[in-house]
This record gives sequence, structure tokens and C-alpha cells, in this order.
Amino acid sequence: MVRATLAGVGVAIAAAPLGCFVVWRRMAYFGDATAHAAMLGVALSLAMQISVFVGTVAVALAMAVTVTLLAGRGYAMDTLLGVLAHSALAFGLVAVSFLSGIRIDLMAYLFGDILAVSRSDLVVIWGGAALVVGLIAWRWSALLTGTLNEELAYASGLDPKREQLILSLSLAFTVAVAIKVVGVLLIAALLIIPAAAARSLARTPEAMAVIAAVIGGVSAVSGLRAAYVFDTPAGPTIVCVAAVLFAGFSLLGWQSRKAR
Amino acid sequence: MSLLSVEGLSVSYGANTVLRGVDLAVEPGEIVTIVGPNGSGKTSLFRAIIGATAPSAGRIARKPGLNIGYVPQRLHIDQTLPITVDRFLRLSARLDRRACVQALEAAGVPDLLKRQMSQLSGGQFQRVLLARALINKPELLLLDEATQGLDQPGSAAFYRQIEAVRAETGCAILMISHELHVVMSASDRVICLNGHVCCQGTPAVVASAPEYRALFGTGTGGALALYRHDHDHGHDHDHPHSHEAAE
Repeated sequence: MVRATLAGVGVAIAAAPLGCFVVWRRMAYFGDATAHAAMLGVALSLAMQISVFVGTVAVALAMAVTVTLLAGRGYAMDTLLGVLAHSALAFGLVAVSFLSGIRIDLMAYLFGDILAVSRSDLVVIWGGAALVVGLIAWRWSALLTGTLNEELAYASGLDPKREQLILSLSLAFTVAVAIKVVGVLLIAALLIIPAAAARSLARTPEAMAVIAAVIGGVSAVSGLRAAYVFDTPAGPTIVCVAAVLFAGFSLLGWQSRKAR
Repeated sequence: MSLLSVEGLSVSYGANTVLRGVDLAVEPGEIVTIVGPNGSGKTSLFRAIIGATAPSAGRIARKPGLNIGYVPQRLHIDQTLPITVDRFLRLSARLDRRACVQALEAAGVPDLLKRQMSQLSGGQFQRVLLARALINKPELLLLDEATQGLDQPGSAAFYRQIEAVRAETGCAILMISHELHVVMSASDRVICLNGHVCCQGTPAVVASAPEYRALFGTGTGGALALYRHDHDHGHDHDHPHSHEAAE
């Protein structure tokens, strides 16, 4: 239980700043797409008998690079993501069916298995979270400038394409790490919902990222607690708590805007 | 030496060449305006100057260590991105509050520091963009149709602000504009662009150049009169390029 809580909070912290960029840049579909592609990683790593984590990270990163390279070459971003994500998911599911000897718990990958987080998983999650948060903090200004306006970034001597790639790679890595916690189907929720909930409370981009991290952390802790009390699946319960927080804060923000 | 010199610049997107053999230079302290019809490559020229588009031929030389301030054509800030004017001004550099206030004063909007960017009016927003461009004390200011979306008094006031900025800081200004009448009176030099440099010179020289008239017709003649204070254009109303068509 302690390990599960630590894992949830670790993922929430890494997901918060990334989630803000996902919301600001309207790339919500990217998290979904990477997660779907990660299923292919699960299948491949089982087939090749390597660590599932290594497999999913590799496929997710490959997906991020492919999308970034192909973006702006004739297809819109959402079309590209749709093609790549669903092809990867389909190939992954087909590949899984060939693995006759091995029984894999597909549900564990679709919905996560946070209660089965091992000590080494925890090291990976917190190490990964530290890496992602460090990378984003280092590139924060550049990423923010590129998000606001591409030309503005070029004029300031930055390369928005490179920043985009850094963001995509961090996202892919986070998604691969977080699959264990909330699963393929709900990872995008963990990226977007805390960031969206933080929007109405924040006045600056930095505040929004910090508040999103707090909301994500609170969701993880209380979601796990609720899952224990009501005997519900842990990953979905965490997302439910985040959704309720989102609804509450949005209503509050709406009320205060109306009052002004 | 020139702050910026562009020699034989060509830009193509695939097989489509939008700029061919463009030469231009900006000297310290001058206001240069680029005019040209839609699709004449004005924005591509700017993108090449700031390094967002790689030229297919030619070269762009900046004075070593040149500090450029850039005001984009339009900047959409997503509703989901909370950001105060204060934070926006500090995007590119760590600055103290004094520098931010000074830049806002120079741009003519001293009291906006604590406001959310999304709550500003169009005119205030453009001035905050101008303040951000001024904050690093640039030697060259680039404005890409910075008054788009402003009404006529608003854009006239904006260009007066630009002249005031030049008078105060002595920075050179290179701008793109559609608003020929305002721009003509505020510029030292006008470059008429249509895939290549058609003609350039003082506003008076460009206004009377046949290449300019072929592009913009005589419909703008009345507006030019604001600058020239005389009506020297011929009234050939059946000219194929009306003012409306040029816009």
C-alpha cells in the first residue's frame, strides 16, 4: 500500500508539468496514442523475453520520434497519431495472440496494477519522474516560448522543433512508466485532468504546473484509499477522484468569474 | 556596417519559390517598411531573417551580437494557459520589475503588469507584445503586421508609438504593413516586395514608381496624399488592380 501510494504520487508529479503542456498545446490525443502504441511494446517484450518496461519505453519513444518527424508533412497531427496509435495497438494485440505459451494478464496492462508495484518499479518510477521534471524545468522557458508562438521562439534564438521533440520524448517516457500505475486506457486522464483542474486556480504557467502536481498527488493518495475502502479497482478510482476535483474547481472558478 | 544585410535571398517551399534574389539592408536607426500584396513573400522574408525558414539560396548577415526584438503578426494564447503580463515579459530573460515597467511605459501601457494576457484588448495586447520586444533593448525591431486587428485610430497610435520608440532608443525598425497610408508617412524607406524587390527608396520615390503603381494601383493614391499632401496621381479608374484587389 505504501509502495502503491509512492508510485501514484511519483507519476502524478511527473505528469503534472507535461499535462500542462498537453493542455496548452492541444495535444491531448498524444498521450492516448503513445499509450496505445505501448501495447505493441508489451507484446514485443514478452515475445523477446525482455523487460516489459524496456519494451514499452522503446516503442513509445519510437512512436514519439516518428510523429514529430512526420508532423507537418501533408497529414494533420491527429490523423498521424490516429494511424500510428491504432496500427501499433492492432499489431500489438495480434502479436499477443501469437504468444501461445505465455498467459498475459491483458487487464493489468489496460487498467494498471498499482498494488503490484515492486521496489524496483518504484525506483524506475521515481528515477523517471525526477528525470522528466528536471528536463522540463531546464527547458521550461524555451518550451513555454515555443508553445506561445513559434516565430517568437525562433526570434529568441530557440529551436521550437527541438523543444517539441524534448516534450514528446518526455511524454512517451512518462506514459511508459505510468502504464504500471493506471494502465493504457487511463494514462491520458492522469496527464490532462489534474492540469485542467489546476487551470481555474492558477494565474501563471508555473503555478498551474505546481497546482496540477498537488491535485494529481491528492488524487493518487485519496484514490488509493477509496479503492481500499470500497474495494474498487485502484487506477480507475484515482482517475475518478481527479475528475471530481476537476468538476469542483471548475465550478468554483466559474462562480468566482461570475461574481466578479 | 549595416545591422542586417540580406543578399540574393531565395526561399522556396518544395517546388514553389516565394522569394527570388532579394537584397536589402537595414542601417542603424532607420525605419524601413516592406509593402507588398498577399503572397508576395513578406512573411517568408521575415521568417528567413529570424531563422525560422532556411533560405534556398543567398545569405543573411547580422551585425555580430545583434539584439533583435520581434513583434509577431498575431499571437494566440490558449484559454487554458494562464499568464500575467508580468510573466509574459520575463519569458526570455530574468529581469527585475523596473525593466518590465520601463518596457511597458515605452510601449504606452504602463499599468498592465498584473493583468492576465487573455483579458487585454487588442490594442493593449499588441503593445504588450511591443513591450516584450523592447525589453532586451534591441538594436533592431521587427514588426510583422503588428497592427492587424486594430482599428484605424488604434493603428495610427501604434505607429506613432513606434516612432517615439525610435526617437527614444535609436533602434532601427523593419516592419511589414498593409496599411500603406500610415506606413508611408512613418517610414524613412519603403521596400516594395512581390517575390523580388520591385522598387525601393523614400516613400515619395516608391509611391511614384511605376512598379508600385502596377501593384497597388491608384486606389491608394488618395491615402498617399496624407503623406504627400498633393494629388499627383492620374485618375485611371479602369486600372485592373484596384485598392480592394491589392488588399
